Amino acid sequence: MIDIDVQKDLGGFRIDAKVTTDTNGVIALFGRSGSGKTSLVNMIAGLTRPDSGRIVIDNEPLFDTARGIDVAPEHRRLGYVFQEDRLFPHMSVMANLRYGAPRGAPGVQFDRIVDLLGIRHLLKRRPVTLSGGEKQRVAIGRALLADPRLILMDEPLASLDSARKDEILPFIEELSSELGMPIIYVSHAMDEIIRLADKLVLISDGEIAAVGSVEELTSRLDLRPMTGRYEAGSVLHATVSHHNVEHGLTHLSFNNNTFRVPLLDLPKDRELRIRIRARDVSIALTAPQDISILNVFPGTITEIDEDGSPQVDVLIDIGAPIWARISRHSLSTLNLHPGKKAYVMIKAIAIGRYSLGGLTRSGMPSNAQ
Amino acid sequence: MLGLTEYETAALLLSLKVAVVSVLVCLPFGLGAAWLLARMEFFGKVAIDALFHLPLVVPPVVVGYLLLVLFGRSGPLGGWVFDHFGISIAFTWKGAAIAAAVMAFPLMVRAMRLSLENVDQRLEAAARTLGASRLRVFGTITLPLMAPGILVGVILAFARALGEFGATITFVSNIPGETQTLPLALYSLAQTPDGETGAMRLALISIVVALIALIISEWLAKRIDRRRGANR
Repeated sequence: MIDIDVQKDLGGFRIDAKVTTDTNGVIALFGRSGSGKTSLVNMIAGLTRPDSGRIVIDNEPLFDTARGIDVAPEHRRLGYVFQEDRLFPHMSVMANLRYGAPRGAPGVQFDRIVDLLGIRHLLKRRPVTLSGGEKQRVAIGRALLADPRLILMDEPLASLDSARKDEILPFIEELSSELGMPIIYVSHAMDEIIRLADKLVLISDGEIAAVGSVEELTSRLDLRPMTGRYEAGSVLHATVSHHNVEHGLTHLSFNNNTFRVPLLDLPKDRELRIRIRARDVSIALTAPQDISILNVFPGTITEIDEDGSPQVDVLIDIGAPIWARISRHSLSTLNLHPGKKAYVMIKAIAIGRYSLGGLTRSGMPSNAQ
Repeated sequence: MLGLTEYETAALLLSLKVAVVSVLVCLPFGLGAAWLLARMEFFGKVAIDALFHLPLVVPPVVVGYLLLVLFGRSGPLGGWVFDHFGISIAFTWKGAAIAAAVMAFPLMVRAMRLSLENVDQRLEAAARTLGASRLRVFGTITLPLMAPGILVGVILAFARALGEFGATITFVSNIPGETQTLPLALYSLAQTPDGETGAMRLALISIVVALIALIISEWLAKRIDRRRGANR
C-alpha cells in the first residue's frame, strides 16, 4: 500500500500529487516530459524534500510534515534504478552489486539475482567496460541486492536503443513475477507500459490525473491528451485458448470472442494483455466476406474523437472497447455516429511481440517464429 | 649521507620534515575548505574564497610578518599556545611548518575543490538509496572519486612548502638546524664569499627532490587511473 500526498514548489512549476494505490506488481507512472514524474519519484526516494505532505509505504510513514517525519533515503529501503546507470566507476561490478547488500546477506540471494540478470560473467569487470544494457542490468541487480521493499525505476530504458531495451524488459518482467518485487516504473513510452504494468498512474503538470488499470485508462477519451494521440490504441485482456500450429496461429479468447494472432510461445490459459493500435483497426458497416483479415467483431460505436485533423478515432464496444483510426472522409461516407452498429477488423499480423504484456508472468511472451 | 655534507643533510632533512608536516596539517583543513567552497551556499562565500586565496597573491613577506605578529610569544595565538601547551612556535621548525602550510593552503584547496566539483553528486544520491549513510558515502564514493585531485593538491602543496622562502625567513628567521630549510641554506651560501659550489649543490639537491616528488605523483596517478578502470 502506498499513500502519497505531497506538495512542492519547484520555481514556477508546482507538484501537487495525491495518490493511494496498492503495491502489487508493476505500477506505471506515466506522463509527458516535464510532467513531474522524476520529481515525484525523487520525493518518494527521499532525494528531494517536499514542501509539505506525507508519504506512507506499507503503513510506515517515510515523510510527514504534520508529524515532523523525514526518513533519510538510506533508511527508506527503496531501491532506485535511475535513467543513467549511476554505477560507481571506481568499483568492480561485484563491488557495485555488493555495495548496498546488508552485511551477512545470504549468498544464495546474490547467486539467484546474478543468474537471473545474466551478469555472472561481468563480475570482475569495471563499469566503463560494459555496454549500456549490461550497465543497466547491473544497476538493477545492485538495487535488488540492497533488499528493498519496493523498487523505483525512472525510465531505465530511456538511454538505450531498442535492441538493448529488448535485452532488459524481460528481466524487469521477471523481477515482478519471479521475485514478487513491487515496482514503480516511470516512463513516457506506452509500449513499455503495456508490456510491464498492471496499473497506471497518469501524471500531468505535477498532478495525478488518473489512476486505474492500463486497459481502462488507455480507452478513456478524456485522458487522450495525456496518453497520447500518436500512441493511441486500446488494450485487451485475453487468455490463450489454443494453438493452431498448422496455420501458425494462436487463438486468444476474450469476452466469448476469439482473437487470432501469430503463434505465441505461451502455455494454454495464460492471461495476457494485447495492445491494438488504433491505426491497425478498420471499420465496416456490413459483415465483410472474402477478406484476408482474420479478426472481425461486431460492435456498437460509443464515441468519436474528432480534433479537426484528417484522422478520426472511433471507439467501438465489442465486449471490450476498441479504438479505430479512420479518415474523416470515411467517417462521413459511412455516416458513423455513436449508437450505430459496425464491424471491427484487425489484422492478425498487426499484433507483434511489442503489443503483448503478461499479467501473471513466468516468462516473457514472444512470437515463436 | 649519499655524499652530502652535514650542513646539506641537515637542511634537506629539515626541509622534508617541514614540508611533510605542513602538508599533513593542511590536508584536513584543505578538505574542509574545499567542501565549503564546492558544496555549500552561504552568505559571504566570496569573501571566504578570497581569504583562502590571500597567501597566493599577498607578498610572502607580508604573510610571514603577520604570522610573526600572531604567533610570536607575545602574540594573541602564540601566547595562548605557549601558556597552555608550553610550545613556542616562532623561531622553531614548527613555525616553519606553519608558514609553509599557510602558503601551500590555497594551492591545495584549489585542486581539491576542482576535483570535488567534478564528483557526480548523482552517484552519491545513488549510494544513499543503497542504504549508505552520509559518512559512508563520503568515505566510499566522494573521497575515492576525488583521489586524483587530492593527489594533485598534496603534490602542489608539498612542492610549495619545499620552496617556501619569504614567509619562513620573516617568521622564523634563518637558524641552521632549526629553521634553515634548503632554500634558506642556499640563500645563506649565496651570500657567503666562495659559497657558489655549495649553493649549486643545494640547488641540485632541490631539483632532485622535486623530481622524485613528481615521479611518485605520476606513479600514484597511474595507479588510481588503473583502479578506476580508465584503461582496463
